[in-house]
Amino acid sequence: MTDVRYTKDHEYIRITGDIGEIGISDYAQKQLGDVVFVELPQIGASFGKGDQAAVVESVKAASEVYAPVSGEVVEVNSGLEAAPASVNEDPLGKGWFLKIRLADSGELDALMDEPAYRDFLKTLG
Amino acid sequence: MSQSESLSNSVLNVTPLHALHVRLGARMAGFAGWDMPIQYADGLIAEHLWTRRSAGLFDVSHMGQILLEGPGAIAALERLIAADIAGLGENRIRYAQFLTHDGGIIDDLMVTRLPAAIGIDRLFLVVNAGRKAVDVAHLAQSLAGSGVNMQVLDDRALIALQGPRAIDVLKDRLPGVENMAFMSFMTIGEALITRSGYTGEDGYEISLPASQIDAFADDLLNDERVKPVGLGARDSLRLEAGLCLYGHDIDETTSPVEAALAWSIGKRRRIEGGFAGADRIQRELREGPARKRIGLLLEGRQPAREGAQIATPDGQIVGAVTSGSFSPSTERCIAMGYVAAAFARADTPLNVLVRGKALPARVVSMPFVPHTYIR
Repeated sequence: MTDVRYTKDHEYIRITGDIGEIGISDYAQKQLGDVVFVELPQIGASFGKGDQAAVVESVKAASEVYAPVSGEVVEVNSGLEAAPASVNEDPLGKGWFLKIRLADSGELDALMDEPAYRDFLKTLG
Repeated sequence: MSQSESLSNSVLNVTPLHALHVRLGARMAGFAGWDMPIQYADGLIAEHLWTRRSAGLFDVSHMGQILLEGPGAIAALERLIAADIAGLGENRIRYAQFLTHDGGIIDDLMVTRLPAAIGIDRLFLVVNAGRKAVDVAHLAQSLAGSGVNMQVLDDRALIALQGPRAIDVLKDRLPGVENMAFMSFMTIGEALITRSGYTGEDGYEISLPASQIDAFADDLLNDERVKPVGLGARDSLRLEAGLCLYGHDIDETTSPVEAALAWSIGKRRRIEGGFAGADRIQRELREGPARKRIGLLLEGRQPAREGAQIATPDGQIVGAVTSGSFSPSTERCIAMGYVAAAFARADTPLNVLVRGKALPARVVSMPFVPHTYIR
């Protein structure tokens, strides 16, 4: 089964089995504006929940992307090198950043599901 | 995700066009104490490219507009700047910098010499929003007792219309502007118009009473050749044009010679001196500055930002980036910064250090994108 969870920092993680695909939400890409570069981690790197996992750069500024949960990087989206604008065009699809093997699926409980994230965005005005 | 953008929580000033920006769906953010449009619905890159191709409308009402009037106003201003204003024709404009006694830059500004009665000088200054209060205090102190009157035109809005079609758009509304020379000034009714800008494109800046600006901007935006452009694209456009942003590329520690702005120092002024900071500036003109502002073209797609160190290929740190971004027009990453003078020559290979990586770059002459000013 597939399940998408969100952080308050606007990362998402899509869970398939013990693999999580991480990117930034549609709200986040709109806030950033035109994405021109994404710095991705090495395959095999390990992150704790909340560690910096990637850097996304718009024309204006660089922003850090944090790991929503702990895990080990198993794949990165090398397509972003040639087409960083995929993050704007299709943030939850072609614009994904990296996939990790979850270290502790219990950490997912602290994240928001889709309706909860939508409610959270409303509070941001 | 976290953005390093700084937003002030204090109450922000708003321009007379604030409601228009909100209505157009702009993303607003604090800039130099003002709530300003960063980008509109089309986004930064689209706005940037539209300005290079057609005509972009910018609200720059946050900038300071100042009138100096009185006998000796030119001489008084020339003590604060190194540009030649006495040698400037009426209705002509020069770029200048207010200088500290040490030759640092308090602010950069545009100076227009207005027509005036014999014996009375009249000057129109446009200064940066973030330095307006400092500039006004500096002027007030310098002019005290001189008989020169300073008037801050807080009741006026300022817009810029920039790009190759700006001339055609504006001449339909303000006939006569098509005949203006680059860096010249004219008035039409209550409009103060300069053929100038901050994008490297041909274009105009138009000052109008605040009460008239909404209708004028609306009319411009109804023209299909015009789109609104936010401060985001204003920054990427000026970077491509090799133009300095105060507080980033120039400040009170940088001299105009180091900043590669010596072209703005008048020949007469170089010889005569008689301006703040003349000792340092004349010495640097004679001997060359210790460091220079340069342009960098990066090889890869990763941008280098303000603060990134600049190193030689063998790792010696020789300077730092002061502005850097992705250039929408060239689809390359470009930057400007200061390096020790020995490394400032065009084609010098250098690295920019970003998050532990050395990004290869080389020194290039600026502008990065050719200016298209009318000459």
